[in-house]
Amino acid sequence: MNILVCVKQVPDTTEIKIDPVTNTLIRSGVPSIVNPFDSYALEAAARIRDSHPDTKIIALSMGPEQAKAALKECLAIAADKAYLVSGRAFGGSDTLATSYILSCAIQKVEEKEGKFDAIFCGKQAIDGDTAQVGPEIAEHLGLPQITYALEAKLTENGLEVIKEGEDENQRLSISLPCLLTFTKPAFDPRYPTLKRKLAANRAEIPVLGEDDFPEIDKSRIGLKGSPTRVKSTFVPPKKQGGVKIQEESDKASAQRLFSLLSEAHIIE
Amino acid sequence: MTAKTNDLWVLIETQEDGSPKKVGLELLNPGRRLADKQNGALVGIILGKNTKEAVREAGNYGADQVIVLEDEAFWPYSTDAYTAALNYLVEKYAPSILMIGATPNGRDLGPRLSCRLKTGLTADCTALDIDEETGHVAWTRPAFGGNLMATIMCPDSRPQIGTIRPGVFKKPAPSGKTAQIIHEQFNIDPASVRTRLIETIRETAREVVDLENAEIIVSGGRGVGSAEGFALIQELSDTLGGTVGASRAAVDAGWISHSHQVGQTGKTVGPRLYIACGISGAIQHLAGMSGSDVIIAINKDADAPIFDIADYGIVGNLFEVLPALTKEIKAARES
Repeated sequence: MNILVCVKQVPDTTEIKIDPVTNTLIRSGVPSIVNPFDSYALEAAARIRDSHPDTKIIALSMGPEQAKAALKECLAIAADKAYLVSGRAFGGSDTLATSYILSCAIQKVEEKEGKFDAIFCGKQAIDGDTAQVGPEIAEHLGLPQITYALEAKLTENGLEVIKEGEDENQRLSISLPCLLTFTKPAFDPRYPTLKRKLAANRAEIPVLGEDDFPEIDKSRIGLKGSPTRVKSTFVPPKKQGGVKIQEESDKASAQRLFSLLSEAHIIE
Repeated sequence: MTAKTNDLWVLIETQEDGSPKKVGLELLNPGRRLADKQNGALVGIILGKNTKEAVREAGNYGADQVIVLEDEAFWPYSTDAYTAALNYLVEKYAPSILMIGATPNGRDLGPRLSCRLKTGLTADCTALDIDEETGHVAWTRPAFGGNLMATIMCPDSRPQIGTIRPGVFKKPAPSGKTAQIIHEQFNIDPASVRTRLIETIRETAREVVDLENAEIIVSGGRGVGSAEGFALIQELSDTLGGTVGASRAAVDAGWISHSHQVGQTGKTVGPRLYIACGISGAIQHLAGMSGSDVIIAINKDADAPIFDIADYGIVGNLFEVLPALTKEIKAARES
């Protein structure tokens, strides 16, 4: 089994703060991490290899040179090899253009590593939160897809997947090759071992640049190739706080709240 | 592609019994407003093996027209069947706008369909308008975990597609009208559907939590401290006839199941009354509940950001406040 795992390096959005003076995001000093949902995709691939040791796992990312750090982390955890897609012409791409570039890159990597039986992605990246790139890669490559996967297991006919639903989960089968996007499972992803970590630090990560894609349709990449435009961004407006109650005891506070709510007919 | 009409389409997802998913009806509300602004018709798109009730509801909640595809192939949902069928309809009628509820199926279908149509998609929107200057839809959505809002437009390709979070808009008032119905045919070759549902798994422990339709929600966060602490939350909620919610911190700590989670990675809710207990008010949580009519916060930290959006706040120990508040309400009801 040959599995590709797509990962994105993202800022840890739980560490992002708003500058109270300028009312903008403070990005400096925010740590970069492997998108958590992508780490679940990597774990799912590693679990398939646990039961099928002849499985090969390749990690792929698109981003600036610094994104190699995210790929090294994937190598330290489970990936056998990693590739970075990086180029100025790719900047400014929306999800449609990004997924097109990635689908071209995947075909390039397949020339070196053989065809992929499955492509695993996170369900969404925690910075953009769009959940679009995975299904769009599947569409560009003509692959069947399952989103919100929790677990995947190799069977004779393809993969058997547990998909998270709103009220109930589903067990689905999907033919190969296919693309799955993963959400948070009940188990924690494995940690890197020291041995793998040392090897990952020394690993060479090939970079696929613009020159490696002579046949790419330039009208479909970058800002020009993107159908959507960001018109404006803003920090969500803050609502003014209302009545604050702090009586001499918690019991008195509760009583005061109750009488205010009764007067306003909020609780009757 | 270019649009042949100014029509605005709303995909109304159906359930197994033929009833519509609530978000589909909710979208008829902003759908009406935007369709009117650009002089287009409001069209409900309904796919399912059983569509009667959804078709009736679509008219009742304001759709001018309904396009129906009824076939066994449209239950249960599959990416392949729905993408092919919607792609066919969009190419045939070429609407200007397509709105889809950001349910798990909607978020699976939206990118697949927009990619096939080579048009732009804006995911998980929480506000919608028509940009006065250009006439394009201005889709507004949270990013960076709710820290930032972005307004996105799709200037050159049609249809303009967006998925919209459930619970953001209220259903329009029922009109009692019926929509003009167009029955369409689209044959799905079973071999073209490359996924197969083997079974649905309903964990016995996983109760259905209907936060989106709740009138009153009592939510607990990190300050609740333990699974046992949620008994106090449950008691107040039961007394008020409410539903129990939770912040991500409480869910991640394993005190309560994910189906109770409110926020950016959980449910978006808009109850009449939201009581946040021991929730500091991380932006990710606020993203899911700030649309509540009245917000009450109980927290021991007077500087907790939840107080900035609360209509009423108690600075105090929730383990003392909650039993006292429950007792007051019970006493008032009995008298």
